[in-house]
Amino acid sequence: MKILVCISKTPDTTAKIAFADNNTKFAQDGVQWIINPYDEWYALVRAIELKEKDPSTIIHLLNVGGADTEPIIRKALALGGDEAIRVNTEVSDSYYIAAQIAAIAKEGYDLVLTGKETIDYNGSSIGGMVSELLDINYVSLATKLELNGSTVTLNREIEGGEETCEAPLPLVVSCQKGMAEQRIPNMKGIMGARTKPLKVVEPIAADILTSIVSFELPPAKAGVKLISPDNPGELVKLLHEEAKVI
Amino acid sequence: MSVLIFADAADGQIKKSSLEAITYGVDLAQKIGATASALVLGKVTDDLSALGKYGINKVYHIADEKYNQLDARLYTKAIASVVSTSGTQVLILCNNLTGKSVAPRLSVALKAGLVTGASGLPDTSNGFVVKKAVFSGKAYANIKIPTATKIIAISPNSYKTVAGEGKAEVIAAVGSDIAPQVKVTSTQKVTGQVPLSEAELVVSGGRGLKGPENWGMVEDLAGLIGAATACSRAVADAHWRPHHEHVGQTGGSIAPNLYLAIGISGAIQHLAGVNRSKVIVVINKDPEAPFFKAADYGIVGDAFEVVPKLIDAVKQFKGVA
Repeated sequence: MKILVCISKTPDTTAKIAFADNNTKFAQDGVQWIINPYDEWYALVRAIELKEKDPSTIIHLLNVGGADTEPIIRKALALGGDEAIRVNTEVSDSYYIAAQIAAIAKEGYDLVLTGKETIDYNGSSIGGMVSELLDINYVSLATKLELNGSTVTLNREIEGGEETCEAPLPLVVSCQKGMAEQRIPNMKGIMGARTKPLKVVEPIAADILTSIVSFELPPAKAGVKLISPDNPGELVKLLHEEAKVI
Repeated sequence: MSVLIFADAADGQIKKSSLEAITYGVDLAQKIGATASALVLGKVTDDLSALGKYGINKVYHIADEKYNQLDARLYTKAIASVVSTSGTQVLILCNNLTGKSVAPRLSVALKAGLVTGASGLPDTSNGFVVKKAVFSGKAYANIKIPTATKIIAISPNSYKTVAGEGKAEVIAAVGSDIAPQVKVTSTQKVTGQVPLSEAELVVSGGRGLKGPENWGMVEDLAGLIGAATACSRAVADAHWRPHHEHVGQTGGSIAPNLYLAIGISGAIQHLAGVNRSKVIVVINKDPEAPFFKAADYGIVGDAFEVVPKLIDAVKQFKGVA
């Protein structure tokens, strides 16, 4: 079993969101970078759990990003995984990134795991695009994944619940909460990560299908209107007459 | 010019979120001087000609039962073939669970630029620019789609459905002859409740409620106003409530008309999942709770005193004793 886990670099969940260059670029000053939580907590940790069950499993981590991503790749390797590959490009178009991942993924991986989306662009697109590029199956928003030989049993989210489904390998899966629990790397993992192979490859030629014109911040809230705890009827009235939501 | 809206169904009925996508597609067609058609896959019980009420001229229907379960690869081949044969320039989907599964595949299959989670009609004054929420609702990006075919997946509950009069022509279409490979073996669904992802009103509880035994009042309040229930990460992690109710950075992301938070402090990670809500109400005994800064209405008080009074007030408003 060979698993490819796609990891992305995102600003920390508490990072201040601001823009530079006339609102065309994310302002990176003072921003802490992390592994996209969905990629780390769910996709990567689940892959590690599968390797713990079957030690012959091989896990490769894949990042499409510039050299400044290497610290977070090492952090991911400290959690687990045998080696990492970085495709050396900073282009952010989903199709372009998916094409880079597909070029690596077609080299004999059984399972490609991604997080359900990144917390910066919230595209939720990479896994689906990779699966189409490889013309293989895709199960999105999975909350559970078990291997039974060449079949994968998964739970995925549906409106108001979940459904269990089966799909053959090779398969692309986007992972979300429920799949695994967050882990903290231990000292042995951190030491070991330093010597694990991190291969850098150059990107393949691929199209760019979209481009970001500008960013904007949402309009500021007018400020909270406080209502006396003794008079919740006033809240009901405001929600009905002013906010018109009930 | 032609706009095609993929409308997905659950239990034989077109989903509410897809009706929103239809209205969006019809408005877009009007804006760019195009016609709007819809595409439905699988057996449905709804009368599809009734989609004419939303301004649809034609409904392509591939009535094969194999589409009643989601197999993204199969869906993609079917939708892509209708896009090609109908001469569609803009394909609209709802960015719901089905949309997230098939829109990216369609982007590749059609070599069409895709924007997911779009929140308004495109700006066509200089190219074709679509606005979408990014950074988990903390900002918006304007994204240009320069490709000949374009795909927009709109956020659920971001566009209001408008129904009038009309009848659409239903055209039987054929899908591909390949067999599904992703097979659904069982479904675990909470019945009798509004699904969180489609809910217009949401009542949510946090650690301030002290334990799962105190969720009765959350459910009572939600039931009275027809809301779905949600919870904070701490609550889901403590297994007081099921994981699918967790909203926040690492859980679900929702944009209801009303988000009423009880006993949730409003950490930045929680806000990331709910900040696109149109109206936020916060009930918390700590006046310093950060959530008040993001709220439209607030009550500083003990949930165990305020919520029962609020339930009484809602009952009075609704005219139930």
